[in-house]
Amino acid sequence: MHKILEKKLLRPPDVFFYKVSAPQVAAKAKAGQFVIIRLHEKGERIPLSLAGIDPAGGTISLIVMAVGKTTGEMAALKEGDEIRDVCGPLGNPTHTENAGRVILAGGGFGIAPLYPIGKAFREAGSRVVSVMGARSKSLLIYEKEMRDISDKVLITTDDGSAGMKGIITDALKGELESCGADTVMAVGPAPMMKAVCEATRPFGVKTIVSLNAIMIDGTGMCGGCRVRIGDKTKFACIDGPDFDGHLVDWDGLINRQKMYKAEEKESFEAWKKRHNLS
Amino acid sequence: MAEEKKPKKLNPKRTAVQEQDPALRRRNFEEVSLGYSAEEAVLEASRCLGCRNKPCVAGCPVSVPIPEFIAAMVSGDFAEAYRIIRSANVLPAVCGRVCPQENQCEGACTLGKKHEPVAIGRLERFCADWRMKNGARAVPEPAAPTGMKVAVVGSGPSGITCAYDLARLGHKVTMLEALHEPGGVLFYGIPEFRLPKKIVTAEIDTLRQMGVQIMTNAVAGKIITLEEIMGRFDACFIGVGAGLPRFMGIPGEDLNGVYSANEFLTRTNLMRGYLFPEYDTPIRTGKRVAVIGGGNVAMDSARTAMRLGADEVTLVYRRSEAELPARAEEVHHGKEEGLRFEMCTLPTKIIGEDGWVKAIECVRMELCEMDQSGRRRPNPMAGSEFEIPVDTVIMAIGTGANPLLTGTATGLVLNRGYIQADPETGKTSIPGVYAGGDIVTGAATVISAMGAGRKAARAIHEYLSSMKR
Ligand SMILES: Cc1cc2nc3c(=O)[nH]c(=O)nc-3n(C[C@H](O)[C@H](O)[C@H](O)COP(=O)(O)OP(=O)(O)OC[C@H]3O[C@@H](n4cnc5c(N)ncnc54)[C@H](O)[C@@H]3O)c2cc1C
Ligand SMILES: Cc1cc2nc3c(=O)[nH]c(=O)nc-3n(C[C@H](O)[C@H](O)[C@H](O)COP(=O)(O)OP(=O)(O)OC[C@H]3O[C@@H](n4cnc5c(N)ncnc54)[C@H](O)[C@@H]3O)c2cc1C
Ligand code: SF4
Ligand code: SF4
Ligand code: FES
Repeated sequence: MHKILEKKLLRPPDVFFYKVSAPQVAAKAKAGQFVIIRLHEKGERIPLSLAGIDPAGGTISLIVMAVGKTTGEMAALKEGDEIRDVCGPLGNPTHTENAGRVILAGGGFGIAPLYPIGKAFREAGSRVVSVMGARSKSLLIYEKEMRDISDKVLITTDDGSAGMKGIITDALKGELESCGADTVMAVGPAPMMKAVCEATRPFGVKTIVSLNAIMIDGTGMCGGCRVRIGDKTKFACIDGPDFDGHLVDWDGLINRQKMYKAEEKESFEAWKKRHNLS
Repeated sequence: MAEEKKPKKLNPKRTAVQEQDPALRRRNFEEVSLGYSAEEAVLEASRCLGCRNKPCVAGCPVSVPIPEFIAAMVSGDFAEAYRIIRSANVLPAVCGRVCPQENQCEGACTLGKKHEPVAIGRLERFCADWRMKNGARAVPEPAAPTGMKVAVVGSGPSGITCAYDLARLGHKVTMLEALHEPGGVLFYGIPEFRLPKKIVTAEIDTLRQMGVQIMTNAVAGKIITLEEIMGRFDACFIGVGAGLPRFMGIPGEDLNGVYSANEFLTRTNLMRGYLFPEYDTPIRTGKRVAVIGGGNVAMDSARTAMRLGADEVTLVYRRSEAELPARAEEVHHGKEEGLRFEMCTLPTKIIGEDGWVKAIECVRMELCEMDQSGRRRPNPMAGSEFEIPVDTVIMAIGTGANPLLTGTATGLVLNRGYIQADPETGKTSIPGVYAGGDIVTGAATVISAMGAGRKAARAIHEYLSSMKR
């Protein structure tokens, strides 16, 4: 059992921040790793990236976007409630040695893991540029935190309500043309990471992505998280989650993420009905 | 009724056991075999000849005193029979159900030369079930605490047996399990209809009552390295199994609808996907399912698919039926439940449409029938390609060693990913570190994993005793 010590609505209506007690995980976790949680006896196991690691306090932070049944249930939890299972840290840490000039590109909940990753890059001596995208100003999350760990922050919004009007790849291309970079790291929804990789490819910049394949165990036992990387099949949970974005079979990944669309909808609708939510 | 012992007429056939009707059970997850009644058990036990040379015992990897426990059953003393079995085997309710008896105890039974062998597995199961129903809970009294601490990594049959023996000897045992539920393959792999999970849970409870501390969600290699384990404990047993699923490397394996058997069974058993949406984890079985492979894992996947509602389930195996490595009883049960068998057949490609599986392309194999003894590889027959229309494909072609712990353990000598360990003691290249079960032998059996756990416990005990002096 892991107590939720702090919970806040980070971005209305559906993005939440949690600080959870997990001393053993916190003692070992490194930037880029994730945990698998299960809320209760009948719950699903879902992977969530570590958005913060506090070994001294014995806590981890998670940023979760409520998109379905399990994350919806999580949104309904309160401070003081408990999460039944927290397994981790899983996956390999991101290589955050001094990489020169690093651009972090984050979309959606992808900002969550980028915070500790950026922090680690900075501590290793890299220069960090963060590029964050959202549909509009009110949908941006973690801006202040990202400013704390970045040498430069670029913001794009679809409607121009904050930063530059446009999408994240516009800002990224501009930055690569004007200043260049040694490494780009992208985390977010698969189509966004795919777009980032297509944008960086002509520049020949090493581009690392953190893949969010559907997982169960997170220990290499089920093979459900497999992805094609170049001509090899890899398991995202133990070989990743970071991979060379230019080698990823994006269409394969995006297709596999849709495998349970019908069941996920059924489960979410039934849950909302039971709880009189629309 | 039975007052005198007349030279009885031997029944050449074993006593039949009640089973769920195939037409019903193919759609439910309740246990297939209902087990013997007390009368049936005594009747079957009385077929045993009590052979002096005990070939059956030699056939059992943990040397269960078979004629002795059967004799106790004949006299109606089931508690004593259970005690005798338990002296050699800590998981009789499991082994009675899942041991490949035809290759082990029953395969060696004298009666089997002319008639059907004694149904040793069913008798063992009967005693264990009887004990669970009638006996006081069999929690052995541990020896006085030795003050020694041992870590057992992995909670499958090898880890359970090792932890049990060490706890009984008075050592303080901490068990680390990566998943949220202990039991290893017994929990996540072997389905409910063959091995009810409440049996596994009861055995785990016994360990807890003996003072074994079980830490779930603890992935060794991630949350603690082997080096750190050896810093905090006096010795360590590694029984992490061989759980890394293999794929064939044919086109189309990443399509939606293609599962590894491990994923398919884990979703069903561990996560209770068959109770979706009451339980949250979904599982998808289409109407037509192909299962690739011929072992227990393939058979379990195929029969699970049937129970999840598939109309047609086809087992695709590259050799002939005689070579199916699955337990004979499971093959028989599977046939009764309507599985289709495509033997001497090799899949060459999975054909998709809009990202989903649509069919599987196969070739026939030749030389297949003659392959009985030698390991002559069956060869594809040119021009024999054909398609089986399916919407789900389950790969059950074997597993490899998982690198999570071994990959982070410096100084641990491996052999193609498996841990190199002395078969008699489980001793590895690191002092105080022992290993056993599938992570040493590659995918094998429950009982061989248990045997390895027991041998290692004995060796660890000796090691700790020598350390104390
Ligand atoms: C390594 C990794 C790190 C992640 N980190 C975060 C994070 O920090 N914050 C966050 O909000 N989300 C994160 N996700 C995604 C998160 O796991 C899914 O949003 C969650 O599983 C959805 O579950 P649900 O029941 O609420 O929704 P559902 O309706 O069941 O699913 C919605 C979508 O989420 C994906 N999904 C469903 N089940 C799983 C599963 N078991 N594993 C992975 N993806 C699944 C599918 O693409 C699905 O279409 C991460 C995923 C991975 C693989
Ligand atoms: C579907 C299926 C059906 C089978 N049917 C039969 C049968 O009918 N009869 C038979 O005799 N045998 C059968 N077998 C084989 C038998 O189950 C195995 O040989 C046996 O379970 C091996 O035991 P083990 O203790 O070595 O490991 P496992 O049972 O594999 O258990 C290993 C445990 O270690 C855990 N683990 C792994 N890595 C770590 C880590 N780094 N840290 C912590 N924990 C970890 C795993 O999660 C797992 O729980 C079957 C196997 C399968 C998969
Ligand atoms: S443990 Fe297995 S092999 Fe040994 S007697 Fe029992 S069923 Fe037979
Ligand atoms: S070999 Fe068969 S008949 Fe002989 S003692 Fe063993 S079980 Fe009984
Ligand atoms: S989640 Fe099961 S192998 Fe990666």
